[in-house]
Amino acid sequence: MAEKGSPDQIPLLSWIVGGAQGSGVDTAATTFGRACAHAGLEVLGKREFYSNIKGRHSYYHVMVSPQKILSHEEHAHIVVGLDAESSLRHAREVAAGGALVYNPAHASVDPHDVPTLEHRVADEIAAHCEAHGQPTNLGGLVKAEEKRGVRPVPIPFTDLLTALAPKLGAAYAMQIERVANTIAVGVSLALVGLEEEILIQGLKDVFGKRPKLYEMNELGAKAGFEAAKPFARAFPLKLAPQKAHGPRLFLTGNQAVALGKLAGGCRFQTYYPITPASDESEFLEAREALPLKDGSTVPMVVVQTEDEIAAITMATGAALSGARSATSTSGPGFSLMMEGLGWAAINEVPVVVSLYQRSGPSTGMPTRSEQGDLMFALHAGHGDFPRFVLASGDLEELVHDAAWIHDLADIYQTPAIHLIDKALAVSSGTIPAPDLDAITLDRGALITTNDPKTATYPFPRFKITENGVSPRPVFGLEGHIFYVTGDEADEVGHITEDPVIRDRKMVKRRRKFEVAARDIPESRKWSYFGASDPDLLLVSWGSPKGAILHALHDLEARGRSVAFLQIRLIEPFPADAVRKAVGRAKKFAVVEANESGQLADIIAMRTGLLAHHRLNKTNGRPVVPAEVEELSDKILKGSARPREVMTLGS
Amino acid sequence: MAASIALTAKDFKTDVHNDWCPGCGDFAIITALQMALAELNLRNHQVAVVSGVGCSAKTPHYIKTFGAHTLHGRLLPYAIGVKLANPEITVIGAGGDGDGLGIGAGHFVNAGRRNVDLTYLFFNNGVYGLTKGQASPTLKLGVKPKSLPSPNINEGINPIWLAVASGYTWVGRSYSFDVKHLKEMIVRAVRHKGLAFLDILQPCPTYNDINTKDWYSAKDVAAGGDVGSRIYRLETKGHDAVVHSAEEQDGKMLKAIELGAEWGDRIPIGVFYQNEHVPTFEARIGARNPSYLTAPPGRQRLSGEDGRTDINFEPMLKSLRV
Repeated sequence: MAEKGSPDQIPLLSWIVGGAQGSGVDTAATTFGRACAHAGLEVLGKREFYSNIKGRHSYYHVMVSPQKILSHEEHAHIVVGLDAESSLRHAREVAAGGALVYNPAHASVDPHDVPTLEHRVADEIAAHCEAHGQPTNLGGLVKAEEKRGVRPVPIPFTDLLTALAPKLGAAYAMQIERVANTIAVGVSLALVGLEEEILIQGLKDVFGKRPKLYEMNELGAKAGFEAAKPFARAFPLKLAPQKAHGPRLFLTGNQAVALGKLAGGCRFQTYYPITPASDESEFLEAREALPLKDGSTVPMVVVQTEDEIAAITMATGAALSGARSATSTSGPGFSLMMEGLGWAAINEVPVVVSLYQRSGPSTGMPTRSEQGDLMFALHAGHGDFPRFVLASGDLEELVHDAAWIHDLADIYQTPAIHLIDKALAVSSGTIPAPDLDAITLDRGALITTNDPKTATYPFPRFKITENGVSPRPVFGLEGHIFYVTGDEADEVGHITEDPVIRDRKMVKRRRKFEVAARDIPESRKWSYFGASDPDLLLVSWGSPKGAILHALHDLEARGRSVAFLQIRLIEPFPADAVRKAVGRAKKFAVVEANESGQLADIIAMRTGLLAHHRLNKTNGRPVVPAEVEELSDKILKGSARPREVMTLGS
Repeated sequence: MAASIALTAKDFKTDVHNDWCPGCGDFAIITALQMALAELNLRNHQVAVVSGVGCSAKTPHYIKTFGAHTLHGRLLPYAIGVKLANPEITVIGAGGDGDGLGIGAGHFVNAGRRNVDLTYLFFNNGVYGLTKGQASPTLKLGVKPKSLPSPNINEGINPIWLAVASGYTWVGRSYSFDVKHLKEMIVRAVRHKGLAFLDILQPCPTYNDINTKDWYSAKDVAAGGDVGSRIYRLETKGHDAVVHSAEEQDGKMLKAIELGAEWGDRIPIGVFYQNEHVPTFEARIGARNPSYLTAPPGRQRLSGEDGRTDINFEPMLKSLRV
């Protein structure tokens, strides 16, 4: 991997900024990312943080390239440590030839004196220093890394800040420490050779609306830019501004989902605060008056409920009255929604759940990623009922899937679960601006006007039809009164325990789902990349998509015969497509960030095919290309075990 | 049906077989509800009755309006969802004491924070009837209906207190065997602009042999209530439940709680508390978004013939563009 990490050989910059939570790590990364984006470059960021408000370590990892970026890598070309802990934690991740930007005032800090550093990590850093004959502190660690080609970039943050203070009024001089993060941005942009003008654009994006903050941060960023110049000359990796290819957006996964929902007609969203889902609802809440093309506005109602039970039931109630409605949550919240999901299913109410997975079980690691809820989403709720399960693999898919899933729910009158995970939710980056105007809505058999031809009492809301889908009036519509109940019910919605009607209703709910499985275009269900008859087929779902595609390119470049099948619609399951793809491959392995290999089990269940290998990951960090590549090689060589665990990430 | 023709309770009856026990207080409640809807001159389709789970939860099936028989304890969030998506619908919740104050207590309390304009009919008989008579959250400590092996080990919740303390803006009580009073109370509750809670005392003839019809009628004691029973009407005491100005709110709440404490030989019915100075949730949304009342989520036309939306995405994309 050392040669791959060598900066001047790859068209991709890997940049990490780390600091205490609350010290502006996100702001630094957003400023850096947006500045690079203004230079016409592509950007992909990911965020790692503890479940903590202030003080614990967090870092932002940003990839920058003139080309589309598929994934993060495990190494970095530049690491900026705003505090001693960040420099200590990430120094060993700097690739040979890369830069470690640190504060020389931290040189004497011993890892064991950092209370927020886990003992295991502190011991490991200390042992690393000792093994290289260095003192066990940051200064020693820097020396040890320098020996393998890392370039130390000591930036006297403290002195720079002290020098800046007098330039600001007394009221602001006190807050000068807050701009250490923008010093880091200035340093980084200078190292990679981007102009000061680009730095200013990034700053304007982030601070432009707050003049005093802007002034402070511009001072800081420029000071950093100047301070890094002596180091920049020797730093080999340079980024050149590019001509942007058409309009682009810079957004997070949460924002992508929110945009998709608005484009998909969602007008009622409920939520109970939970990481990593809430940012989506907050984005929607801030857009509660949606502008129309004629200049008027329509409401987007967002309700913060008392718990997740209220969230799904309230969203379902709103759907009865005709709203396209959704709720957004993570595993613990979804656990509370089970009964409500079943009620929506038996009453054929189109309600959408955006399920942002995080590390479980229980509270688990609430700010870390996992794909542990696939089986859960498939089987959530007691009883036997269909539901859609759709999994997105990147930011662009999030936008389109979040819109389309409302069509699925409406057309087939079935609850639908959009599976997302923390890695995607908090990833951020540039995407080609989606054409939201081109998204079309299909509300299926919804009845919203009182047509005398359909009006009757009681209205047969659950009429048995050929395709299983029944006309669906909304509550409040004259001439179309009907009933809904959590009990099994007859065609008008009154309770029944008649065995014949029960069977008809079970068949009806299943039949429309079978129709869905038949009618949904294959292009929505799965994507296939690479050789058509590969030696190795990697099958996956959700956020590992980027890492797998990246690994695929590298493997193909080395002449390996590999392919990747990404399953997007997991329920109903595209069994035929999987059978065909697997049938053409010599071996197949399923890549997913969970413990047991849940997709591998589902493939076995639905096709009878047993994956030759399961590549799993449970450490809470996203899958990176290097581990997929390494394990693919092992499989191709025949030396891989049936189950391999991926462990990269910090 | 022309609006000029006076409606009767019959217009709100359904032909669904009613399977409640003979003598159940629920019968009188649906009769009173049907009478109230007629008196309110509401068209059938303008109303949605939303219930939870339990005996009382079958109510929607017996009323000729939209009906949602939902989950145990969850009638309030379902009802709120129905209402917020289309505020033109008159929403009436119907649920039991176990439903509302046991499994649904969290929603009961939090609904008070929002003051959505709906009516909550609380069927209060002290037991979980459909599961064979276990103690409900309103059954008092030490009481032993025949369905319990030993006296109730839990204290009962006072629903009047809880409703007032939670922020319900109309709190009343009636008695299922006083249908005329009950009908009047439902009418007043529905007319109230805001969240109305109506505690309806009712016997469970099958499982609660303590708080029976005879007990409420004070056959066991010479209680001297004004209708020859334990029950008396608050107006006979001259109670003015109405908060006439915002400053009166705290005092009126305390008075309602004081009256709500009465139980045993003298049980008050009537309006305990009424406050129209608190804006409804719908008004709060409308204040932030004036188009809410004309184009609520349930009545928005989301797309044209071609399926395309007429949302102008540009303003929201502006901050995301690079």
